[in-house]
Amino acid sequence: MSGFLDSFGKLLRTTAFKLSAFYLVIFAVTIFLTLGYVTWNAQRLVNQQMVSTIEAEITGLAEQFERGGMRQLVRSINRRSRSPSASLYLITTRAGNPIAGNVESVSASLLGQPGEHRISYERVSGEEGVQVHRALVRVYHLPGGNRLLVGRDIEENERMRDVVHRAFVWSLLWVFLFGGVGGWIVAKRMLGRVEAMTLTTRSIMAGDLGGRLAIAGSGDELDRLADSLNTMLGRIEELMAGMRQVSDNIAHDLKTPLTRLRNHADDALREARTPDELRAALEAAIEESDNLIRVFNALLMIARLEAGNAEDLVRDFDAADTVTDVAELYDAVVEEAGMKLEARIASGLQLRGSPELLAQALSNLIDNALKYAMPEADADVAEPIRLVADRIGNPDGDRIRISLSDHGPGIPEEDRERVLGRFVRLEDSRNRPGFGLGLSLVAAIARLHGGTLRLEDGTPGLVAVLDLPAAA
Amino acid sequence: MRYNHAMKILIIEDDREAAAYLAKGLREAGHGVDVAHDGLDGYALAEAGGHDVLIVDRMLPKLDGLSLIRSLREQGVSVPVLILSALGQVDDRVKGLRAGGDDYLPKPYAFSELLARIEVLARRGAGKPEAETTRYEVGELVLDRLSRSVTRAGRAIDLQPREFRLLEYLMRHAGQVVTRTMLLENVWDYHFDPQTNVIDVHVSRLRGKVDRGFDRAMIQTVRGAGYMLRDPARDA
Repeated sequence: MSGFLDSFGKLLRTTAFKLSAFYLVIFAVTIFLTLGYVTWNAQRLVNQQMVSTIEAEITGLAEQFERGGMRQLVRSINRRSRSPSASLYLITTRAGNPIAGNVESVSASLLGQPGEHRISYERVSGEEGVQVHRALVRVYHLPGGNRLLVGRDIEENERMRDVVHRAFVWSLLWVFLFGGVGGWIVAKRMLGRVEAMTLTTRSIMAGDLGGRLAIAGSGDELDRLADSLNTMLGRIEELMAGMRQVSDNIAHDLKTPLTRLRNHADDALREARTPDELRAALEAAIEESDNLIRVFNALLMIARLEAGNAEDLVRDFDAADTVTDVAELYDAVVEEAGMKLEARIASGLQLRGSPELLAQALSNLIDNALKYAMPEADADVAEPIRLVADRIGNPDGDRIRISLSDHGPGIPEEDRERVLGRFVRLEDSRNRPGFGLGLSLVAAIARLHGGTLRLEDGTPGLVAVLDLPAAA
Repeated sequence: MRYNHAMKILIIEDDREAAAYLAKGLREAGHGVDVAHDGLDGYALAEAGGHDVLIVDRMLPKLDGLSLIRSLREQGVSVPVLILSALGQVDDRVKGLRAGGDDYLPKPYAFSELLARIEVLARRGAGKPEAETTRYEVGELVLDRLSRSVTRAGRAIDLQPREFRLLEYLMRHAGQVVTRTMLLENVWDYHFDPQTNVIDVHVSRLRGKVDRGFDRAMIQTVRGAGYMLRDPARDA
């Protein structure tokens, strides 16, 4: 019983039920007003007609009385009384003794008051015997003290009104019954689906991230809601998986240098004898911690950029200046490494973003090229590293394309997407310095500028392309 | 290392161990040190004056570092301020400088880096405004900003624009250690940390032009810290 009350209570609180109850009340009020207005008007019309009929008869009888006095009036009333109609006639003396007419038993006190009255009277008709009927009458005092009563039977009329009233009540009852049941069914159906959604989301919250909401297939609001929620759940699951991946990587990649640091310190404590050895061990330890700090900084920066919190740094600038500056900064370094940096930079490369971050991205790319594309020791002429910055016309808005190509080993096609992830280091780069964050940072910077970082095949070598939307 | 003059430094840092480490290092370098452990004490000490440089941690109890600096600037206290911050994010530096800080160093930092920066800051605070200096002279090396010419012992040295700015920065801070990050920030206006030794290569090229054909090098490498330009004749 309490279970039923409970679910009934829940039903009462549903939006569908509240809505249908609301419409039900509005509908009922409308019906009530419409029917009420129609009956009231009809009633009024019938009454008016009756009153004017009585008036006309009285006028006619008054004429008879004037023309032929009491005798003429009585005769006329006797004649009219005999014809079968709904009209009532009565003439009495001042004391109330009937002289002529078709009505019995009208009280003397009523006849004493001229004007309109509603009365009950006994009607004698051949087949049905005596019946009590309602009537609308008008009393008139004749000169000489006699009373004249003229009226119309309104029994039919009253019966009609009763029928209308009953119809009225019944139709309201039906409206409430159908409306209530209909609302209950709609609410129940709705509630069932929402309840199912609630159960599913609870199980998802409890950890079943693979769970999805059922879609009825009707394409209604609930389906659309379920669909959006499913998309959101998919995204959350993706992010969770990504986060787990990243935290696993962080744990691994930070533990490695930490372990090395600890080993160095431990080693020095046990083995180092001379101050010089101790100093060397300490310097190594500091270098290891500096590396760790660098990893932390890069990670934090990527996270910050991906969260999009760099509003303070964003402004309009000319990327041509930035690229030129970076090229100039690295020119000498590339030359020392036995290569050449060839820069071809178009002018007027308006971008919205951070020149400093763009410079950092380019610096990371050149650092990578230097790291992986060192020329063979026996090569006569080293292939140059090419830095090209260009503006490319596009109907959706111009793009700024900055590419860096080297003649190193490149990256196999299947790894090009993966290598942009955090801490991803390809097998043959494991023995080189680095943490696998450089390209992730470049990709994050490209995203901050509303663009992308693409790695392409330079046959031979790698082409890293920053494809950024130009500022209007 | 040799230092030009002893400074009076106020450290405002709530981490007592970090403050003690800093104070010890600075005292060993020959400077006088005051320490405050919260923003309000720090503000009172700083407002009282008498310091050459303030070292202010960004996150402080009672009054945070940036508000402290802002209040000092509103009071007309113009002492140079170095902001220390554990946040170390790209836009934090901008916020710090906007609040009235003169330099910004993310934690953790190398002590040599901090020392080099506050010496430069203190000199800037004491000396005349940079814009007025048009000519730097260190020993036989002369740099003229107006004619954009450099001579050593009367012999003209031809420099690229960036090399000129690099030398100018080194000469402005002659006798002081300047770190690689300081050069990257002040000569190139970059605040990131390139993986390759870009600065070393640029300095060595400059050194090739400035010191080539002379017995004694003016641009010296300070191990574990950075570079220093000084008059070799005064060294001897």
